[in-house]
Amino acid sequence: MSMDNILTISSVGKSFGGLHILKDISLEVKKGERIGIIGPNGAGKTTFFNLLTGDLAPSTGEIYHYEENITKQPNYKRARNGIVRTFQKNNLLNELTVLDNLLLVLQRKRGLGRVWYKPRGARKYPGLYEEADELMNKWGLYHQRDIVVKNLSYGEQRQIEILLGVATEPSILLLDEPTAGMSQSETDYIVDLLHKLPRDLTLMIIEHDLDIVFGLSDRMVVLYDGGVLVEGRPEQVRMDKRVNEIYIGSGDEATC
Amino acid sequence: MRNTYVQFLVSFVALAAAPFVLSLFHLNLLSEILILAIFALSLNVLVGFTGLVSLGHAAFFGVGAYTAAVVAQNVSADMFVTLGLAVAGSFLLAAVIGMFCIKVSGFYFLMLTLAFSQMIYSFIHQSTNLTGGSNGLSGIPRPEMGSFIFGNPVLIFYLVLAVFFVSYAVLRMIVKSPYGQVLVGIRENETRVKSMGYNTGFYKYSAFILAGIFGGVSGALYTYFNGFIAPSDVYWTMSGTALIMVLVGGAGTMLGPVLGAALIVVLETIVSSYVDQWMLVLGLVFITFVVFFPKGIVGIGQSLYKNAVKKKPVYEKKKSRAA
Ligand SMILES: Nc1ncnc2c1ncn2[C@@H]1O[C@H](COP(=O)(O)OP(=O)(O)OP(=O)(O)O)[C@@H](O)[C@H]1O
Ligand SMILES: [Mg+2]
Repeated sequence: MSMDNILTISSVGKSFGGLHILKDISLEVKKGERIGIIGPNGAGKTTFFNLLTGDLAPSTGEIYHYEENITKQPNYKRARNGIVRTFQKNNLLNELTVLDNLLLVLQRKRGLGRVWYKPRGARKYPGLYEEADELMNKWGLYHQRDIVVKNLSYGEQRQIEILLGVATEPSILLLDEPTAGMSQSETDYIVDLLHKLPRDLTLMIIEHDLDIVFGLSDRMVVLYDGGVLVEGRPEQVRMDKRVNEIYIGSGDEATC
Repeated sequence: MRNTYVQFLVSFVALAAAPFVLSLFHLNLLSEILILAIFALSLNVLVGFTGLVSLGHAAFFGVGAYTAAVVAQNVSADMFVTLGLAVAGSFLLAAVIGMFCIKVSGFYFLMLTLAFSQMIYSFIHQSTNLTGGSNGLSGIPRPEMGSFIFGNPVLIFYLVLAVFFVSYAVLRMIVKSPYGQVLVGIRENETRVKSMGYNTGFYKYSAFILAGIFGGVSGALYTYFNGFIAPSDVYWTMSGTALIMVLVGGAGTMLGPVLGAALIVVLETIVSSYVDQWMLVLGLVFITFVVFFPKGIVGIGQSLYKNAVKKKPVYEKKKSRAA
């Protein structure tokens, strides 16, 4: 484990019952690095994220955040320490408005989560509401501010899903198939925004759309059969025979 | 909102005028409604706001009521002492039970709260020396405040009214605060709220204690009001009735439990004077609401209001994206 690694994953494995979904995965993530994770359905990509965020406990191995061993740290603490995820399937507060979803993230970030003596309101918490409005404006979602999330289309909800992750101002953001279920124009829009995220934000992206993930990543990790099949720069991975065989299929090159 | 204060003030004045217009019978009915409204409001913190459906809330009502009664008979009838110890007792109970209950959710939470409250019930039922067993405790001294004694139903009514307004205001403030919004978040999607960095266990535990404390307050008031307390008030049907009040009134709203308490108490009084099948009627009322008006009285009010105003739908789907 090195000091510049924001995450050090050391021989991590996960089994469900007798099924070894992930076996012996090691990976070092540098601060500011952008890592794309690909692999066929069921390869264990989401499970891998669950281990990093603490939503699941690894069966073997250890995870470090800088020098701190976080293998047993609960997920909410990791989120507070800047390890934040978005979900593969939209996982929002569906009965609340977009604003209320966002406020919940922002009030925690501002340390207001335990304030019980002052009703929430724009006048009483001015900075909070301004920040929410600013974020929605920046992401072009301001017109959805007061809409209850369940009334948005899946693609629109998807953007909120990502917005909630970014709003936390994480130090490392784990995006699980950010564009899944979005229309082409929604996808383009989100990819554009992802490109504009601050450069010092560490990103890990699971994505089936290879154009997107190759474009966003500095380094690629290919998961296959519970292990890391190939790891390397996007160009290398694109050329790799094994990747082409298992991921893209019948030997076609993963051209963009 | 200025509006809220005005509404508060108007309802307070209207209720404070009640002793001048109502018969003693109806005044007592109103006192009972307000006491059970506090009880239902406290349960609503769990059921309506945090999404934890408890079937054991009578435990806190009972511990508050019995503590106030035992203390008044043996130590002092001073309201600060009896109410203070009732709050302390229900706080302690909630702190202990809560540690176990919040570890589980859904059906298991319901069963665990039920089991704990039935344990409290049988403790009260068995401890004849302390609680009078199945006979309950009677002849409990009226509450005092220094040399002032709340010696008649009108004074008791004003005491209940004051505590009701304080409880309502405090609970309203809490559920609308950032803390209260986290509770709502947990109700909606606990996984997500954890991923936002909230220690949801802390929030559920503190909500459990908050609900327990106000449950205890309502129990103490009940003792003041009745001068009598029996184990049947700690039985699980009491928890069930409170749950029905919350659901019939409108869970997750502030007004709902108050209206639910009013409806159930009034209905029980009317029905009981004609037939003795009250539980049957209560069941029918509950089923009617669950099937036809799942959002309760408050929900009915809201849809009537919406129809009356008939605004254009606010949401128009705009696809244009000016970034
Ligand atoms: N909680 C669980 N219990 C049992 N098996 C699980 C659990 N979570 C995941 N699995 C299994 O682990 C395997 C990997 O699942 P995972 O969701 O990590 O794959 P993935 O790479 O994200 O796939 P996809 O591309 O479809 O999202 C699957 O076979 C899945 O059925
Ligand atoms: Mg997945």
